[in-house]
Amino acid sequence: MSKRKTAEATLASEKRRKTILSIVLTCICIIYVLPVLSVVINSFKQNTFVKTDTFALPTGDMWAGFANFIKGMTFGNYPFMQSVLYSVLITIVSTALILLFTSMAAWYIARVNSFICKVFYYLCVFSMVVPFQMVMYPLSKTADSLHLNTPWTIPVIYLGFGAGLAIFMFVGFVKSIPIEIEEAASIDGCGALRTYFKVVFPMLRPTMISVGILEIMWVWNDYLLPYLVLDINEYRTIPIHIQYLKGSYGTVDLGATMALILLSIIPVIIFYLICQKYIIKGVAAGAVKG
Amino acid sequence: MEKRRPKLKIFKNPLRRWGWLFLGPMAAAFIIGFVWPFIQGIYLSMCQFKTISMAKFTGFDNYVKAITDPSFIHSFWYTALFAIVSVVLINVLAFTVAYFLTQGIKGSNLFRTVFFMPNLIGGIVLGYIWSMIFDGILSHFGTSILMETSFGFWGLIILMCWQQIGYMMIIYIAGLQAVPEDILEAAKIDGATKKQTLFRVIIPNVMPSITICTFLSLTNGFKLFDQNLALTGGQPFIIQADGSSIKTTEMLALNIFNTFYGSNTASSGQAQAKAVLFFILVAAIGLIQLAATRRKEVQQ
Repeated sequence: MSKRKTAEATLASEKRRKTILSIVLTCICIIYVLPVLSVVINSFKQNTFVKTDTFALPTGDMWAGFANFIKGMTFGNYPFMQSVLYSVLITIVSTALILLFTSMAAWYIARVNSFICKVFYYLCVFSMVVPFQMVMYPLSKTADSLHLNTPWTIPVIYLGFGAGLAIFMFVGFVKSIPIEIEEAASIDGCGALRTYFKVVFPMLRPTMISVGILEIMWVWNDYLLPYLVLDINEYRTIPIHIQYLKGSYGTVDLGATMALILLSIIPVIIFYLICQKYIIKGVAAGAVKG
Repeated sequence: MEKRRPKLKIFKNPLRRWGWLFLGPMAAAFIIGFVWPFIQGIYLSMCQFKTISMAKFTGFDNYVKAITDPSFIHSFWYTALFAIVSVVLINVLAFTVAYFLTQGIKGSNLFRTVFFMPNLIGGIVLGYIWSMIFDGILSHFGTSILMETSFGFWGLIILMCWQQIGYMMIIYIAGLQAVPEDILEAAKIDGATKKQTLFRVIIPNVMPSITICTFLSLTNGFKLFDQNLALTGGQPFIIQADGSSIKTTEMLALNIFNTFYGSNTASSGQAQAKAVLFFILVAAIGLIQLAATRRKEVQQ
């Protein structure tokens, strides 16, 4: 009897502990969301109140409606939608290029494994520990002289500088695929290209998703590389646009800035909620390997 | 080790001929985007130049200038302090959260989703969000985050914790879930308390995750740029006797950037030398850290 009672007691205390833990975590969660909420609140607030009543709801006098959003769109004589378009273009093209070419190269490296392959593989691994500041100046000059300084050509730079991690992850994965499948395909008469696109490419899907997500997150949020490579007066991405709002105008319209920040994080959060599972998996995979 | 099997020539030889197509595009872009700039960077660090075509070889002059530059030394110590504080805070907090989230609480997935969310927001945007929040608080005390070095320091720490805890938490959760159930069972049967189980059983078993996370957060701390630029941009400044100024919250990466693209156009060579030193530092820290924590793993 008494034994059963103590067991019940520990069970009850365990339950209580879990409830307390849940409450604590919920509180932390609320604190975690607050910064994003404050962006939402302040994007509807009159500019003068943003600094003094940052955490108040935009009621009464403070309410600005969508004026901040309308103002933000044409702020600083560069249309915001244009930078959104450039950001989308650069992110999609760069990620597609990286996925296609690094997976092809990784397959070749893993399977042929000649001297040149090894050189490139180790250079790629090495490039992962090199900070961008090391190459930024010569890289921006090289990009200029090769005319890689437009949103349509900058993906080549992203392919080059971002190849390290992608090659590393793809080579690791290809090595875990049994070569017999590809041999069977080639005995059945598949050439190198057919073997790659019909047999290997579909098998790479899980790593494609991981690498793709890591590259999307990197390119979309990247500030310094496009800032140095692109001609800023003509082409801006979202991070550059937001940096310029604060950077070059004497008085900053905080309300309009917050409206633009809100517009720029809404798609990211929607993307995150939709592909959450893949994103978390991809990040974990990238970290464990990197 | 598996036995080495003679590879079928029928497969390997035809593939070899396709190297230009499979390896070519990536190799070309990699040379443009990394190899050539890297080599040029090392060469330029020993040159005096305004544009690359006018580079004049000066040996280790730039390096001497770089390590005697007070703003560079200041940013080094500032960065080192920041990295150490942020590594400790981020890892302790991330591990704690991950530990609690693996206890089978209701809504763990929701918590995980929320904690990871800040990682998707870019550094520049994060910096502006937090500068608004800090100024919103500090304006009630008649000051601003740009007024004091310590505000900028702790502000950046809070920002980085907010951003990185979720990321590290994901890695720790993966590590914690990989701890074999039977070891925990055995510890329970042997009468280990929760605390003993945590320190004697769980932590030694998640050592690989701890290695990865410390390594990642340390290099992240050293390489930090966007958040630093957007939150304080180096302010407040201290004007020195010779007219030059030290940006008190400027970290290494930002210092290099400012030396390249700042008002003094003759300092590009010095900036490139700083960049090389920065690269050596980041690479060395990574290697040392990795070697040190690996050794610990073996002992346990």
